[in-house]
Amino acid sequence: MNLHEYQAKALLAKYGLPVQQGVLAASPEEAAAAFDKLGGKFAVIKAQVHAGGRGKAGGVKVVKSREEAAEVTKSLLGTRLVTYQTDALGQPVNSVLVCEDMYPVERELYLGAVVDRGSRRVTFMASTEGGVEIEKVAEETPEKILKVTVDPLVGMQPCQAREVAFALNLKGEQIGAFTKLMLGAYQAFVENDFALFEINPLAVRASGELACVDAKIGIDSNALYRHADLACQRDKSQENERELKASEFDLNYVALEGNIGCMVNGAGLAMATMDIIKLYGGQPANFLDVGGGATKERVIEAFKLILADPSVEGVLINIFGGIVRCDMIAEAIIAAVKEVHVTVPVVVRLEGNNAELGAKLLSESGLKLTPADGLADAAAKIVAAVKA
Amino acid sequence: MSVLVNKDTKVLVQGFTGKNGTFHAEQCMAYGTKIVGGVTPGKGGATHLSRPVFNTMNEAVKNTGANASVIFVPAPFVLDSIVEAVDAGIELIVCITEGVPTLDMLKAKRYIETVGGVTLIGPNCPGIITPGECKIGIMPGHIHRRGKIGIISRSGTLTYEAVAQTTKLGLGQTTCIGIGGDPIPGLNHVGALKLFQNDPETEAIVMIGEIGGTAEEEAAEFIQSEVKKPVVGYIAGVTAPKGKRMGHAGAIISGGKGTAEEKFRAFEKAGMAYTRSPAEIGSTMLELLKSKGMA
Repeated sequence: MNLHEYQAKALLAKYGLPVQQGVLAASPEEAAAAFDKLGGKFAVIKAQVHAGGRGKAGGVKVVKSREEAAEVTKSLLGTRLVTYQTDALGQPVNSVLVCEDMYPVERELYLGAVVDRGSRRVTFMASTEGGVEIEKVAEETPEKILKVTVDPLVGMQPCQAREVAFALNLKGEQIGAFTKLMLGAYQAFVENDFALFEINPLAVRASGELACVDAKIGIDSNALYRHADLACQRDKSQENERELKASEFDLNYVALEGNIGCMVNGAGLAMATMDIIKLYGGQPANFLDVGGGATKERVIEAFKLILADPSVEGVLINIFGGIVRCDMIAEAIIAAVKEVHVTVPVVVRLEGNNAELGAKLLSESGLKLTPADGLADAAAKIVAAVKA
Repeated sequence: MSVLVNKDTKVLVQGFTGKNGTFHAEQCMAYGTKIVGGVTPGKGGATHLSRPVFNTMNEAVKNTGANASVIFVPAPFVLDSIVEAVDAGIELIVCITEGVPTLDMLKAKRYIETVGGVTLIGPNCPGIITPGECKIGIMPGHIHRRGKIGIISRSGTLTYEAVAQTTKLGLGQTTCIGIGGDPIPGLNHVGALKLFQNDPETEAIVMIGEIGGTAEEEAAEFIQSEVKKPVVGYIAGVTAPKGKRMGHAGAIISGGKGTAEEKFRAFEKAGMAYTRSPAEIGSTMLELLKSKGMA
C-alpha cells in the first residue's frame, strides 16, 4: 500500500524528521487559505497522486500569491496526472499539498531504503545526486550511491548514519542532524513495516538546515493488520478499478493490454499461461489467479472481471486441479458461463484428478467451451479462436 | 537417497487442529508421511486425527522425537512458530502460510542463521515431497513418481506442471522443493541446488523461477561454477508489466530489475539449458538427458 506525500511527511514528522511544512487542500479556497497560513512570499502546489515524476508532468507548481494558489489548484483538481510512472490514463488528482518555499537550497541529497532481497537486510541508500531519478544515478554512476546494510539483530547504529553523513560531505551541526534523521527513518521503517522509503530531494538549505522536500512510502500489505492507523489511510481512488474489485473477492488481477482473458489457479502458473499465449502469437488481456479453490462463486466473479474489459475476445481457463477434482471445477465453470452469459469463445484446460471426466462435461455442456489437452494445446486453441 | 525428507522423517504440524492444518495433515498421512502429532496451544492432551496434540513444540519434540515441522498457523503468528520450532530443536521447518510480513522474515532468517543447522522452506510455498516416501505440504501427491529429477520452484501449481510433465515422460522426481513466492524465502535456489548436487540419486535438476529479485541470476552463476548435473531452467513472467505484483509477494519487477529477460540472459550466459515454454519443461529435460546419453 502506498502513502501520499502528505501522509508520508506526517508520519516521518512523528519520528522527528525535518519535513517541509505543508497544508493539504481539496479546493481552491482551501489552497488560498493555506498560502496565507504558510505566510511565505512563494508556495509550491503539489498534486497528491501515487506516482513519481510529478514535476515534469506539470503536477508541481510555484505560486506567488493566494490568488495564484487558488487558480493553480483549480486547474489541477479533478484532472488525471500522467507521469512516466503511470499508465496512459494517469492518476486522479483529488487534493494538493500547499508547501512552504524551500529555496534557495544549497544542495539536494537523496536518502532511501528498501528490504534488499539479496542481502536479506533493510538497506539504506544515500547519494549526493538528489532531485533526479535515482534509478538513473544507479545505472549511470553507481559509485555515487552509498549503501548501508542494517543487521536486524542490533538495528541501525549511529556510526552507520555518521559514516553516511561524512560521505555526503555534510559539516558541523549537519552531521548530528543527519544522524538523527537517518536513525529516525530506520525506526519509522521497522515500526511501520515499510516496503519502500524515499526522501528525494533531501535539501540542504542555504541556512544549513536539512529538510525532507518530498517523501515516498510504501507499506508491506501483509503487515497492514498490525497498522490500523496506516491501513485507514489507503486511497482507493489511486488504484486500478478492476484490480480493486478483484481484491474484494480475494482474486489477484492485473490488467494488461491484450485480448485474451486468462483465469488460472496459482500465481506462477498464471504468469506462465500469459507467457505461453504470447509464445503462440496471442496477447494476454490480464493476469488472474483464482487461488486454490476454483469454486463456482469465484469463477463467476473471475468471469465478470475478465469480461468487464471490453478488449477481451476470448478466455483461456487453465486449472491444475491438484487436490480438487476436475469434474467439480468443470461443473463450476459451466454454471458460471451460464450465469454470466459468456459469449466469447472459452478454452478450458483441466489437469489433475478426473481431468477426462471434466473435459467430457465441458464438451457435452452445449456451451461455447472447448476443452484442451495440455498447456500448449490450450494456447494454440485460444489464439486460433480469437483470430478467427 | 533424496534431499531433506525421506520415509524416516517425523513431522509435527504447527496449527494442527485448524481447518488447513487438519485437511492437509490428513492428506499427508494418507500419502504415508510420518505425522507424529501436532501443536495447538491450549489443546494439549487431546487427540486429533489419531495423533497426540501438544501445547508447545518443546513438549511435542520430547514426546515424539520429531525432526521436522510444517506450519499452517495464520501469518501474524508465523515468526513465533518458526522461533518455537527452532528452539525445540527441529531441523526442517516447512512454512506453508501465505502473507507473512517481510520484516518478520528478516528476523526469522537472522535467527536461523544464528542458531545454525536448521533449514526453513517457505513461507508461501507448496512444501516438499520425496515421492513414495514423504510429503510435507499441500501438493497433490498422486502426480509425482519416484525418479531421477530434482525440482526447485518458487511457484505452486507451476511446480505441479513440471512434475506432471516429468512424470508423463517417465523421468520421475527424487525430491521436489517449493521454495515459495515471497521476497525473502527460507531456502533459496542456490541452497536447493547444493542439496541436489550432493544427492547421488538426483541425476538432473529442473529450476523454475519467476520475475522479481535476482535469485535466479545468482543460481545461474552457481550452476556454472558448482553444479555438475544437467539443469533445465524456466522463468515465468515474460509478459508481466513493470511495477505490478503478480500474485506472489516476491513477483514484481521493481526499479527495472528482476525481469524474466534478464534471468533468461543469465541462463544463457551460464551455458544452461532452458525453455521459454512452460509446456516444454519436461521435454527439454528429456532432450538434454538424451544428448548426454543419460536417457
